[in-house]
Amino acid sequence: MAEFEPKIIAFCCNWCTYAAADIAGTSRIHYPANVRIVRVMCSGMVDPIYILKAFEMGADGVLIAGCHEADCHYLNGPLKCDAMFEKIKRVVNILGLEGERLRREMIAAAEAPVFAELIEEMVKQLKKLGPSPLREGVKV
Amino acid sequence: MEEPRIGVYVCHCGTNIAGTVDVEEVAKYAETLPHVVVARHYPYTCSDPGQELIKKDIKELGVNRVVVASCSPRLHEKTFQGVLREAGLNPYLFQMANIREQCSWLHEPGPELTEKAKRMVGAAVNRVSRHVPLEMRAVPIFPATLVVGGGIAGMQAALEIANSNHMVYIVEREPSIGGHMAQFDKTFPTLDCAACILTPRMTEVSRHPFIRILTYSEVVAISGYVGNFKIKIRRKPRYVDEGKCIGCLVCQEKCPWTALSEFNAGTSKRKAIYTPFPQAVPNIPVIDAEHCAYFLKEKCRACEKFCDANAINFEQSELIFELEVGNIIIATGFDTFDASSIPQYGYGRYPNVFTSMEFERLCSPTGPTEGHIILADGRQPESVAIVHCVGSRDKNYNEYCSRVCCMHALKYSHLIKEKTNAAIYQMYIDMRCFGKGYEEFYNRISNEGVNFIRGKVAKVTDEAIAEEEKGKLIVLVEDTLLGTMLRVPVDMVILCIALEPRKDANEVARLFHLGRSADGFFLERHPKLDPVATMSEGILIAGCCQGPKDIPDSVAQASAAAARALAMIARGKIEVPAITAAIDETECSGCRICNLLCPYDAIFFDDEAKVSRINQVMCQGCGVCAAACPSGAITHNYFTVEEITAEIEGVLA
Repeated sequence: MAEFEPKIIAFCCNWCTYAAADIAGTSRIHYPANVRIVRVMCSGMVDPIYILKAFEMGADGVLIAGCHEADCHYLNGPLKCDAMFEKIKRVVNILGLEGERLRREMIAAAEAPVFAELIEEMVKQLKKLGPSPLREGVKV
Repeated sequence: MEEPRIGVYVCHCGTNIAGTVDVEEVAKYAETLPHVVVARHYPYTCSDPGQELIKKDIKELGVNRVVVASCSPRLHEKTFQGVLREAGLNPYLFQMANIREQCSWLHEPGPELTEKAKRMVGAAVNRVSRHVPLEMRAVPIFPATLVVGGGIAGMQAALEIANSNHMVYIVEREPSIGGHMAQFDKTFPTLDCAACILTPRMTEVSRHPFIRILTYSEVVAISGYVGNFKIKIRRKPRYVDEGKCIGCLVCQEKCPWTALSEFNAGTSKRKAIYTPFPQAVPNIPVIDAEHCAYFLKEKCRACEKFCDANAINFEQSELIFELEVGNIIIATGFDTFDASSIPQYGYGRYPNVFTSMEFERLCSPTGPTEGHIILADGRQPESVAIVHCVGSRDKNYNEYCSRVCCMHALKYSHLIKEKTNAAIYQMYIDMRCFGKGYEEFYNRISNEGVNFIRGKVAKVTDEAIAEEEKGKLIVLVEDTLLGTMLRVPVDMVILCIALEPRKDANEVARLFHLGRSADGFFLERHPKLDPVATMSEGILIAGCCQGPKDIPDSVAQASAAAARALAMIARGKIEVPAITAAIDETECSGCRICNLLCPYDAIFFDDEAKVSRINQVMCQGCGVCAAACPSGAITHNYFTVEEITAEIEGVLA
């Protein structure tokens, strides 16, 4: 049987992490193909619904990544993201998902290697955890 | 809403995408997706024929939604939105799949790349079928401009704009405009006197009917957006009434208290009430409260006693006021490298080791020695070592080249020869004389009897080991051309120190939402094609705050920034993206959570209707309110829940 390839959905802020992911590409920094990026304007606009939707649709891991607090294009979006994250983390636990499946990181536009390393690390971790328990159809 | 008819265009980007992704297979797959009426692959979709292809399909096949799978939307989203607009389609009925930066370039070739590209195209198709037309907003441009920094770059930009009869405010934190250039003696390669070309400029700026100079002032806050910035300025108290002062400077003469002169790079003293230099603009002194006896000990008041104009006012307090401007030009300049952080060069320990900035003042007729090049004990030097790249081109400090030091080092050779006939040693890594007339200047100075030693200086010491070294500073350097270590005894050492980002560059960057490059200078939007704009619309950069440069380059960049601002002023308005949030008032419960979350105070509460409303012009489209609204009453245009959910479903399908 082929090795389990986890699916990761990454919500990346347009100004920092999405740019970092682009620069990783431009600099030909290789990292696993498992991640699919959904562009958002700000990490603070990530609605909890999106995270639940991603897990519902069979994502094995979800990443929310945006600017460091000081770099925020919208002044203080990361603070709002953090507040949301604290709450959704608990919901995700209640659903029976391991905490490691949901990550919140801050990656600036210049930190392309950091982004690549993070994806590498997440893929490794998720391979250990195995497929999401919600993968095979969840009825909400 | 009409039935979606989606056109998908998979770009080869030469071999950038097609080399690792099977574009034909991706296009074939796209054809099977719901609502897709045509899916093509094309070598360069962004080229003219590529764009025509899309337009033709819109006209002939009735395509009403477009997906382009190519590079990052950060690169070409605007290009393709323009194509839609030209073909009569709303530009927001478009979605890009970033299969180059985030797929083909990322991974080793393999089937998973084509798979990933398919998923990404699927997501874009699913998302675009939910898109709705949005209207671009036209925002008026307020015709005034703010220039931050009154050095040569700031003054140049201000004059360019003011000469078109549009108002410019120059905010300068020092008591006078002029910047670093006012401190220089001569300028390379022409050797014309800096003051002779700068002071008329300063006067022109101060007399210009469309320029208002705000010295001793700083920007403390900005709000708003391109075309409509509100700037909060803090004006520090001068303790001198500008309306009354006639600039006689008797106060400066009578003041018994002193401090180190910043203008003379610490080589001399100034008074506690002072103008930084004789040609200061405005020619109105300031009281330095940290060194004034009245503020320290509540006595003295000598300046007040001798001021016939009654201009001294110890009660003055800081003033906070607001300006409204459409564009901002940042020209905050540079700081110089702290030479004492390389202890082996002896700066701070040996009085005859000078920095380039100190030497500029030593050469200047308005400097501490009235232009005489003398040692700490008053003697004329018989030999001088000029050390290049101090803090530049050195991975321990700054990796970059400061670009001006080779040239000012050559200039010093000439000035020292002219005034003292001392022997001169240039200790350099490479001579970089790249500007107009620079190589010629290098040749000219080479013929004036200067010793060039190619090598990085290891150490400056006063430990003599030979008779001729006694009482001298000995410069230890490897001559890399001869392959030998040299000990060069000299009377004076000049350290050509690096140009660095301002110490508070980080705070300034945060204030104006600027990025910084790895070297710490402010980041331009594009290193080649857009060196004056920043990622923040309406905020431009010029001069050394963007990177080390000489006077001609600073002036050129300042004029370019001014041209950009003038283009906006001339157009009178700017189109900004329609990505804003909107409230469905029938759903709004009036909880006001969004009012507090909005970083731009764009949401207000209508007390009568008991609902929140969003000011569409102030909204910057971050979408935080939409995510937080417990009633789901807020729509984040172009990032609606429906659209993003569709994207998630598509990508995980």
